[in-house]
Amino acid sequence: MQLSLDEVRRIAVLARLQLSPDEERVFQGQLSSILDYVDELSELDVSGVEPMTHALAVEELPGLRDDRVRPSLPPEAALANAPERQGTCFKVPRIIE
Amino acid sequence: MSSSVRELLDVPLVELSEALEKKRISSAEVTAAALDRIERTDGSLGAFLKVTPERALAQAAAADQRAARGERLGRLDGVPIAIKDIFVTKGIETTAGSRILAGFVPPYDATVVERLDGAGAVMLGKLNMDEFAMGSSNENSAFRMCHNPWDLARTPGGSSGGSAAAVAARQVFGALGTDTGGSIREPASFCGVVGIKPTYGRVSRYGVIAFASSLDQVGPLARTVGDAAALLQAIAGRDERDMTSSARPVDDYGASLEAGTRGLTIGVPREWLEAGIEAGVASRMREALAAYERMGARIVEVSLPHTRYGIAAYYIIAPAEASSNLARYDGVRYGLRQRGCPGLAEMYGETRREGFGAEPKRRIMLGTYALSAGYYDAYYLRAQKVRTLLRRDFDRAFEHCDVLAGPVSPTVAFRLGEKVSDPLTMYLADVFTVTCNLAALPGLSVPCGLDPDGMPVGLQLIGRPFDEGTLFRVARALEREQGPLPGPGGIAP
Repeated sequence: MQLSLDEVRRIAVLARLQLSPDEERVFQGQLSSILDYVDELSELDVSGVEPMTHALAVEELPGLRDDRVRPSLPPEAALANAPERQGTCFKVPRIIE
Repeated sequence: MSSSVRELLDVPLVELSEALEKKRISSAEVTAAALDRIERTDGSLGAFLKVTPERALAQAAAADQRAARGERLGRLDGVPIAIKDIFVTKGIETTAGSRILAGFVPPYDATVVERLDGAGAVMLGKLNMDEFAMGSSNENSAFRMCHNPWDLARTPGGSSGGSAAAVAARQVFGALGTDTGGSIREPASFCGVVGIKPTYGRVSRYGVIAFASSLDQVGPLARTVGDAAALLQAIAGRDERDMTSSARPVDDYGASLEAGTRGLTIGVPREWLEAGIEAGVASRMREALAAYERMGARIVEVSLPHTRYGIAAYYIIAPAEASSNLARYDGVRYGLRQRGCPGLAEMYGETRREGFGAEPKRRIMLGTYALSAGYYDAYYLRAQKVRTLLRRDFDRAFEHCDVLAGPVSPTVAFRLGEKVSDPLTMYLADVFTVTCNLAALPGLSVPCGLDPDGMPVGLQLIGRPFDEGTLFRVARALEREQGPLPGPGGIAP
């Protein structure tokens, strides 16, 4: 199936990816051929087949751990990689004028 | 440095461990020898993204003190290893091969790093990889090219290419990698080492930078089957910080390692032999099966009828999960931030444009499309149903056999640059490895000889859920029968 350039741009917006015009054209071609290929799944009759929503059988998993208070990352460690910070907050560009 | 120390880099991990136990050598000596070998060879090999000599020598000194007190922590104590740069390491830069994480210094250790530390292993550094583990040739590393030690013009495989190359080149005695669609088994096969992707849930993913969370699994690469078993023994088992980690007790892999294959039934999927395998790979495959027959195993043909849909299902599910996992790289809490953007949306878009390479972008785009309104049922949901069909194929096959055998890859290591411009061709090379991840089963690659050009060929073994023990046992039988591969000829001895 052939994706249009508009569709490529719409996906890029959803993915929060700023693409150059070159990238838009390259992805248009590559994504179209990959989607063509994966379209072979539509040959299969999957009616009545349950999706495999978990990689492990439920009985393999011990369930949720007890909900109790325990030490977690101190604020200074959590903020140590922040590109920009203010006090104990991550700083981002203004959102509301 | 004495020649005996250099020779020691050639021995398997478990033999080095015996030498350390008997104090024939110290961890400090062997660690220094390994660091020296990295120094001399890695300029042309490119297996490492970061070497951590101070930390390694301090760990080695501590291991020697334990050994002197008769308090060795086990077989890994004092043994030099390295890990793929996808495992977060407290205080050591971790990038997952991506510019978007350049300079990221994690505030905690992955569970598998804690476990190796606790076992006394000496970590030499962080290994090269395809960006966010997306790739089959290591050419998607944002930082440096990694080469195959058997022939530097060829790829080591990917995404755990640095792990396989470092082990094959005798820079380390073992390494950890991750495998989402073949990323341990394919490079192990290309570099002539042993690699195992355990059953999904066998090893904790806590602190492993996520690619596709329902497929990702951690496993070791090593020069012998016994070495890989020793490494998996140290990292496997329940971790309450990963809710998909299984509570099932971990088998003692050493117990059945030398049990041989007499009385076992090995299934060969008919569909795997129909799929355009290179002649050099096919003949090594036939010889390996003949060897198993001589050793008393029964070979039967089985069928995995949905095999040909594996790649299509994988290249929907993996990008869909990746597009969600990689949403966290937004320039807010860690990693790259593009400066001077007028607003938040522009900052996100510019940061991600600058930070991600072509392959993550392609997969984010593909996954975002597959999950977007109106397409979810046609792509992701349908692929999840096909995943059920693939698992049923394996369940039926295992009614007739104990283990499946076939190729890891249709080819030996291909040339660097050969497939880089055509992503779909690169994806199709994963045909024999992705179904194992989709079905959540354990899979192992063991060397089964060289092709006419002298490049290693790997035999893939796939087992029942949590039956890693049988994979090691069957692989060990072939290894014992064939003897070790010669050392790789592409780099200085």
